[in-house]
Amino acid sequence: MAILQLVAVIVILVFLVKPLGAYIFHVFSNEPNRTDKIFGPIERLIYGLTGLKNRAEMSWKRYTLSLILTNVILVAVSYLILRIQKWLPINPNGIDNMESTLSFNTVISFMTNTNLQHYSGETGLSYFSQMAVIMMMMFTSAASGIVVAIAFIRGLTSKGKTLGNFFTDFVKAHTRLLIPMAIIVTLALVALKVPQTLSPTVQATTLEGGTQQIAIGPVASLESIKHLGTNGGGFMGVNSSHPFENPNPLTNVIEMLSMWCIPAALTYTFGRFARNQKQGWVIFSAMLILFVSFLSIVYTSELRGNPALNALGIDASQGNMEGKEVRFGIAQSALFTAVTTAATTGSVNNMHDTLTPLGGLVPLAQMMLNCVFGGDGVGLVNMLMYAILGVFLCGLMVGRTPEFMGRKIEAREMKLVAIAILAHPLIILAPTAIAFLTDLGKGAISNPGFHGISQVLYEYTSSAANNGSGFEGLADNTTFWNVSTGLVMLFGRYVSIVALLGVAGSLAAKQWVPETIGTFRTDTKLFTGILVGIVLIIGALTFLPALVLGPIAEHLTLLK
Amino acid sequence: MNHSEQHVQGLSRGSYLFSMIRLSLLFILLCGIVYPLVCTGIAQLLMSDQANGSLIKSSSGEIIGSELIGQNFTDPKYFQGRVSSIEYKAEASGSNNYGPSNPDLLKRTEESVEAWKANNPDVPVSQLPIALITNSGSGLDPHITPESANVQIPRISKLTGLSSSELEKLVQEHTEGRDLGIFGDPRVNVLKLNIALRELMK
Repeated sequence: MAILQLVAVIVILVFLVKPLGAYIFHVFSNEPNRTDKIFGPIERLIYGLTGLKNRAEMSWKRYTLSLILTNVILVAVSYLILRIQKWLPINPNGIDNMESTLSFNTVISFMTNTNLQHYSGETGLSYFSQMAVIMMMMFTSAASGIVVAIAFIRGLTSKGKTLGNFFTDFVKAHTRLLIPMAIIVTLALVALKVPQTLSPTVQATTLEGGTQQIAIGPVASLESIKHLGTNGGGFMGVNSSHPFENPNPLTNVIEMLSMWCIPAALTYTFGRFARNQKQGWVIFSAMLILFVSFLSIVYTSELRGNPALNALGIDASQGNMEGKEVRFGIAQSALFTAVTTAATTGSVNNMHDTLTPLGGLVPLAQMMLNCVFGGDGVGLVNMLMYAILGVFLCGLMVGRTPEFMGRKIEAREMKLVAIAILAHPLIILAPTAIAFLTDLGKGAISNPGFHGISQVLYEYTSSAANNGSGFEGLADNTTFWNVSTGLVMLFGRYVSIVALLGVAGSLAAKQWVPETIGTFRTDTKLFTGILVGIVLIIGALTFLPALVLGPIAEHLTLLK
Repeated sequence: MNHSEQHVQGLSRGSYLFSMIRLSLLFILLCGIVYPLVCTGIAQLLMSDQANGSLIKSSSGEIIGSELIGQNFTDPKYFQGRVSSIEYKAEASGSNNYGPSNPDLLKRTEESVEAWKANNPDVPVSQLPIALITNSGSGLDPHITPESANVQIPRISKLTGLSSSELEKLVQEHTEGRDLGIFGDPRVNVLKLNIALRELMK
């Protein structure tokens, strides 16, 4: 039964990929289509109000600059709101202003699609901040990621020299994709009992006569975009393990599919743009193969349980239930963990800190690879980066100039790809080492022994991969952690975006090379295998030593 | 950027920035204010019970709790929920986040086992389900597994005088299966079960 529910969710995902991927293609192909009638007037209104009636095609530099400037403005306004939330409206619980380094960390965290939370939602944010800052950024950061993917795809596949217009893409990502989907998912979640209200905390008189204060709020509307946008920041401190955020297994399935469907569907969108559907499925299969391997590790490891507790002579047949909810059990918890760190969402329905060592290795590893589906948009771009690396390595082996999607891959592209690939381990491992050298970093560790190493490593990996989940025992609301993870999130997001849009711009400007009998084909099963191999080899070479010190050492200790 | 490109864009640098500021403010309004308020409006209008937290009220209209949020039960006559480091205080949420190798985790669990032995002399420890003595992720888990409810029956039967078969029937009635027959795990809502138990005791 347990295996069946894992398979069922994956099958539903596979069926969603084609229709959603085709829809996203139609949204961004900018050809006239049926949906213009519904969305056209709204978009014209937005363009009119913002003075963006003339939207010419942009070079990659202009596209990137527009993206970054828009994000900067959103960050500035949001920072201001958090600092003065006490005096703003819709604050029925009287929440105080947020401290400056925590505000810095929070706005960076949400703008970069990370949603690392060093505050606790119930006590740290007013309803107004939850809506105007958190929900707003959940839309805009996801849209930013999606347009990066679209621009990158255009660079690889179109014969024009431009990547499209940032504003057109950014607006359409909201009006045609994220907002309509979010409204549908919100209402489905409310129907399944997720609250949506502006009333303050509920006071109850319990069965035993005590009083219970129950934090509540506009949870459902946040929950939907939190997942659709691969954001992951919860309304409540404990995120999707809170019964209000995720009251039953059905909402759990909806939330998993919500965060999974856009990154998965974008592979199909890519195939449509490339006019080669097989190419899209090759990318999708590589992602799915990696995903299923990781899922089976976390599932079997959690089912086997914690040897230390199993030795107490109790009935431990259910598996490692510490930090998990009964309604989800092992299967729905393990699947959620695998999905949320594959799609780099970072919401959690169980506490990752309490996972068995090998179970906890899975979320870490998926965030280190950062391309097993990945976040909205950026996941696909990262996987395509590995594809470019793949053809480059294969080209070296046979002594031919490598080509991808009919364009020659040369020194400039490979330099940019190398920057993107090397930046990721650098911003994870260097800060982890620094944290261990100082008491500011070490002092936050809450679990002794090797697990403490995993806690710190996880925090920076999660920041760099823009995931946002944590080994939450870490006492991370201090100036040191707020600032260091804030910077890691910034670099994690924008270094690779700029480098890879640079690759797209450079490829777009190149001549097409006609396909010949000697061309190395990238739409075959062989290439799927190469892609999986490259991702694993690069990942293992960079991260294995760190993993040995953390989860693997802890695993061996527990077996002893 | 050179002059000709600016001309092509049809925007000077100043108005380009101004447009971006307007766009940002518009999206703060649209995604941050309009969207959640519209959702709240629709939800409150069509599904007010669910939208307000699925509250359980007594016959006199007093709020007893939410069917989704677990409560602390200290009286051994009631079915006990899972371990909660926050004692089911729902104004916040959380747990201790004990790693699997943390000595405090082992200590807490051993204490739970000892407490179990003291309060349930009739049920051997080998039948004590792990879910009952582990901390849930939220600290607010409203459910226990059906096994966790059944092992408490001998104790509750002794303390309340209700027969085991009556209690077994009660647990069975309150056992929810997997969603749609496949998703999730079977479970028992502790608050609802205890409300029904109180009715029986009257």
